[in-house]
Amino acid sequence: MLWSALVGTLEQGLVYGIMALGVYITYRILNFADLTVDGSFPLGGAVAATVIANGGSPLWGTCLAAFAGMLAGLATGFLNTKLKISGLLSGILTMTALYSVNLRIMGRANIPLLRKRTLVSWFGDRGLAPWVLFVMVLMLAKICLDAFLKTELGFALRATGDNEQMIRSCGVDTDTMKLLGLGLSNGLVALSGALVAQYQGFADVGMGLGTVVAGLASVIVGQALVRFDGLGWATTAVIVGSVVYRTAIFAALRLGLAPTDLKLITAVLVILALSGPSWRSICEKLGRGRNRVTGIPTP
Amino acid sequence: MLRVSQLRKVFNGGNGMGKIALDNVDLHVEPGDFITIIGSNGAGKSTLLNVVAGAYDVDQGRIWIDGQDVTIQPEHRRARFIGRVFQDPMVGTAASMTIEENLAMALKRGQAPGLSRGVSNAERGRFRELLALLDLGLENRLQDPVGLLSGGQRQALTLLMATISTPKLLLLDEHTAALDPKTAEQIGELTRKIVGGRRLTALMITHNLQDALEYGNRTLMMDQGKIILDIRNPRRAKMTVDDLLEQFVALRGTRFLDDRALLA
Ligand SMILES: Nc1ncnc2c1ncn2[C@@H]1O[C@H](COP(=O)(O)OP(=O)(O)OP(=O)(O)O)[C@@H](O)[C@H]1O
Ligand SMILES: [Mg+2]
Repeated sequence: MLWSALVGTLEQGLVYGIMALGVYITYRILNFADLTVDGSFPLGGAVAATVIANGGSPLWGTCLAAFAGMLAGLATGFLNTKLKISGLLSGILTMTALYSVNLRIMGRANIPLLRKRTLVSWFGDRGLAPWVLFVMVLMLAKICLDAFLKTELGFALRATGDNEQMIRSCGVDTDTMKLLGLGLSNGLVALSGALVAQYQGFADVGMGLGTVVAGLASVIVGQALVRFDGLGWATTAVIVGSVVYRTAIFAALRLGLAPTDLKLITAVLVILALSGPSWRSICEKLGRGRNRVTGIPTP
Repeated sequence: MLRVSQLRKVFNGGNGMGKIALDNVDLHVEPGDFITIIGSNGAGKSTLLNVVAGAYDVDQGRIWIDGQDVTIQPEHRRARFIGRVFQDPMVGTAASMTIEENLAMALKRGQAPGLSRGVSNAERGRFRELLALLDLGLENRLQDPVGLLSGGQRQALTLLMATISTPKLLLLDEHTAALDPKTAEQIGELTRKIVGGRRLTALMITHNLQDALEYGNRTLMMDQGKIILDIRNPRRAKMTVDDLLEQFVALRGTRFLDDRALLA
């Protein structure tokens, strides 16, 4: 019982880890707080579920979902780079619009996928657990992303998030790079949404709520735990962070917390992590005070 | 190499009043010219370089680089012709990326980035050689993030990046002003070596009037958005800082006002 629950937690960590990789691209590499994610995640679920419920191939539905996610990212990028709307607001606008779009695509608020042919059931038919599927997709995404970040284009993307003036002086159009990053990121997010829908057996218009914050939590937790340099490690950290985050959620539930409190807990977790430096300086001040009392000089 | 004609740039002030930063500026830069630019605070020196680089649109006038009209080209398109070093050492490099990654991006200035490897081994060898010429020990730190370097080291790296793929035009905006005197001296020497040695065409803003006469072959003085003085050799070779200041008074009827120049 506990064992299967743990496997389920691991599977969630892996499948949501694909989404966290997407959040990593915008939040860490592009330095862009992208809220599109809360809309592109259910978009992926909606597209895949609609295709599958209508008898389409689950593989095709999943690919189409990723493509739709890319378009959502491009929409946010367009608002930000061409219409000069702030990044945060661009994401919120796309996310809000996507709520209606997702309902249009699905035609109703919820599409059940029980007894439908999905990628998860295809693996199940061959005696393979869902985590095999998720590991394959996640590893593919990670390896491709790592390799991409070492190409010229990957350099340009990273530099755009670091110093726009510098990379423009090198002849790179930073608008294009932002579009590229947002497209890739939301493609991954929607891919994750498509797989989650097939894994849980339904797509729901509300399934995106809190996705960004969960993604951020994974990125931040991972970075706190895995402290090796180099790009390959950065994406590994995101995956570790996602699994640890889902495990923490699982533990919180086992301790008797209500599932409805989880979003609050996640938000507090992210707040604590983001305010880490401020806490450290507060602690240092307190520490200095104590040392003055004991008379031991502070370094 | 660079020609600007009738350039005009007006910034909108908060109170609806326009501030004329460039007032019908004409300039013809010959290939191989190394021009120093001096002028009072707010004279429009930085604006001139920014307009040439494409960071700002002009309100009027045209800009040609090597015969090509670039007036309406966006900054990143013009970048294939232009190397830049800024006053702030943080602006010219990407801090979170390594020395070799920064150099690799600069090496491919003006080429659309593709899916080939960002840094090749051959490039690494070349970077090591070029960095060794700076004599700062950076040749052994290719994989260090640039954020770990000192301001002077970063500025030297920026200078190398600006010139690694030979630019038609090198724009230097008080690129030693944020450094301590000794480091500023070193970067100045390096500038002379690179620009002189490779016969680059360069525009260098400085507030050090002595440097303005010692560097390069031609000096421009700007005031209130206009080029008011354009001194070339042989006349320039005989000029002193006092001559420059006198010239300014003769032309404008007021004293030359650049607080930093007077302190220097
Ligand atoms: N982005 C901007 N927005 C509004 N006004 C500006 C802007 N940039 C420059 N100006 C104004 O244009 C005028 C020329 O500025 P510029 O920076 O070119 O002077 P400068 O000659 O480089 O002076 P300094 O020696 O102080 O660097 C100044 O009055 C300045 O206030
Ligand atoms: Mg200036």
